[in-house]
Amino acid sequence: MGAAPFFPPAPGPRGERHRRREIWTRRRSDRGYAARGEVMNAMGDADAVVLVEELRKRYPRGVIALDGISFAVAPGETFALLGPNGAGKSTAVRILATLTRADAGRARVAGHDVAREAGRVRAAIGYVAQATGTDKEATGRENLVLQGRLYHMPGPRIRERASQLIQWLDLGGAADRLTRGYSGGMRRRLDVAMGLVHEPRVLFLDEPTTGLDPESRSALWRDLQRLKARTGLTILLTTHYLEEADEAADRVAIVDHGRIVAMGTPAELKAQIRGDAVVLDLVPAQAPGARDLVAALPGVRDVTLEGRTLRCRVAEGARMLPQLITALDRAGLSVLSAAVRRPSLDDVYLHHTGHAFLSGAPEAVGP
Amino acid sequence: MNLLGDAYAMLGRHLRSSVRMPVWVVVELIQPAIWLVLYGQLFRSVALIPGFTGGSYIQFLMPGIVVMDSLFGAAWAGMGILTDLDRGVLDRLLTTPASRTGIILARVLHSAVVVAVQTVVVVVIALMVGARLGGGVEGAVLLLVVAMLEAAGFAAASNGLTLLVRREETFIAVLNLFTLPLTFLSATLMSQSLMPGWMRAAARFNPVNWAAHAARLATSRPAALGPALPYLLPLAGFALVAGAFATWAFSVYRRAT
Repeated sequence: MGAAPFFPPAPGPRGERHRRREIWTRRRSDRGYAARGEVMNAMGDADAVVLVEELRKRYPRGVIALDGISFAVAPGETFALLGPNGAGKSTAVRILATLTRADAGRARVAGHDVAREAGRVRAAIGYVAQATGTDKEATGRENLVLQGRLYHMPGPRIRERASQLIQWLDLGGAADRLTRGYSGGMRRRLDVAMGLVHEPRVLFLDEPTTGLDPESRSALWRDLQRLKARTGLTILLTTHYLEEADEAADRVAIVDHGRIVAMGTPAELKAQIRGDAVVLDLVPAQAPGARDLVAALPGVRDVTLEGRTLRCRVAEGARMLPQLITALDRAGLSVLSAAVRRPSLDDVYLHHTGHAFLSGAPEAVGP
Repeated sequence: MNLLGDAYAMLGRHLRSSVRMPVWVVVELIQPAIWLVLYGQLFRSVALIPGFTGGSYIQFLMPGIVVMDSLFGAAWAGMGILTDLDRGVLDRLLTTPASRTGIILARVLHSAVVVAVQTVVVVVIALMVGARLGGGVEGAVLLLVVAMLEAAGFAAASNGLTLLVRREETFIAVLNLFTLPLTFLSATLMSQSLMPGWMRAAARFNPVNWAAHAARLATSRPAALGPALPYLLPLAGFALVAGAFATWAFSVYRRAT
């Protein structure tokens, strides 16, 4: 392996950016976007690599996938859209990757409008879909080389790049075998490598680690963090793993029913939740009575009941838990199990959507 | 030019995966031979029917089997893009700057190449059992062009159809609805002069029939290009329209998903 940098930093001539910013400012005021200026202000300016404003999308059978979402991703940032299946995350990414069109709203990626300048957007992005997307009848290397050719890279550069990526992802021995024999983890690494062949400015990862074992998952993220440190690559990922968003993302947007219900760094989001979560497992028949009783206790907030699981929030969980159990016990209500947890993104999700993460949105969206 | 470069890159992929499936290769090569033998034996006495024009039946059948193989081979071309669609390969391709027309063109060329190989197989076998190439080398080349044009048209139509219906069951149903009627509404297996009037009228609008006539001219007489042109040109037009349809189907696919 030579000393040449794997991934040279993405070029970003300042002049061009300044010009772009002017255009943006003008357009924004022309169309009255100033009213929703918060997206822009969060970024400070229009340097955002991904800029999404009020995207809406409804599928033919009337299912609303996106109900007006807006966010901005800064260069070099890892931004996660977090939500259960059917929340609209994949639809958002498919629009940004030019695979489908929004009904309303607009989006710019790497400075280009996804609807009007799809070709320029495609050249600037790498897209790794939920489904694998590798050609099973070809070897890993052949997959990479074909991908490079479709990005119109010069031949020698493609071969060099394919070898780099094979080495980087540790595909080594498997590179010249048909991918039909790859393990799930290997195939996923190849998928990511294919999204990186042309050194894109933005990488879209749609559920990148679904179906991977924890070890493969952390290995993949370790590689991606190394890559980011070298190149300033911007990553937009969707995930339904809270831990993944918490650990990998600089900022997280929680998506529920096609809307963003909360956005911020994982720390900010967790800070919005004061106190600890208490989770009680109850006898089903007694659960509603227990909920009423707990909700009436002083110092208890955000009481929700789903099936037999009661969740609430208290200032100091360890002190409050015995009191809760005692109160329930006096009323003749049994507690099967009890747990106290520090605020997690799970709690943030519950707090903003009113339902626990795993129960998710009721309907699945999209094809 | 990106279109051709992309098509070339993708064609390489399709051909490579084809030859990596030995069973597929063998079946594709044996099938034309089976048609030739079965139809040749079954319909042998057709040539004895008064009014049949076309010499011996094997002589008549050779271009017919070429045309039929081309239709059947190409009509299934959509299965390839359906597999790509199901596996996420198509979405990946569509997020690259690769030309959409190029993606379709590669599939269409792939079908045409496969059909060209099959045509050679059919002709070689037919020659062995008594047919002859009345048009010489020029006619043989013309036959190849006819088969490839026909394949291109139906492969494009098949790909477009796949992108519209996006479901294997629907695709197969529509396919079955069309392939055999298109074969029988043409001079592929039966001399035009023996067809009922209404069928003859309907056949005039059938690309398979155009291909059958052009192919028959190419194998029966020298200097067939001139007489074949009235069939060849609409056939080329059909291929172009089908190609445009398939490219348009991409935009529908993009809107619908």
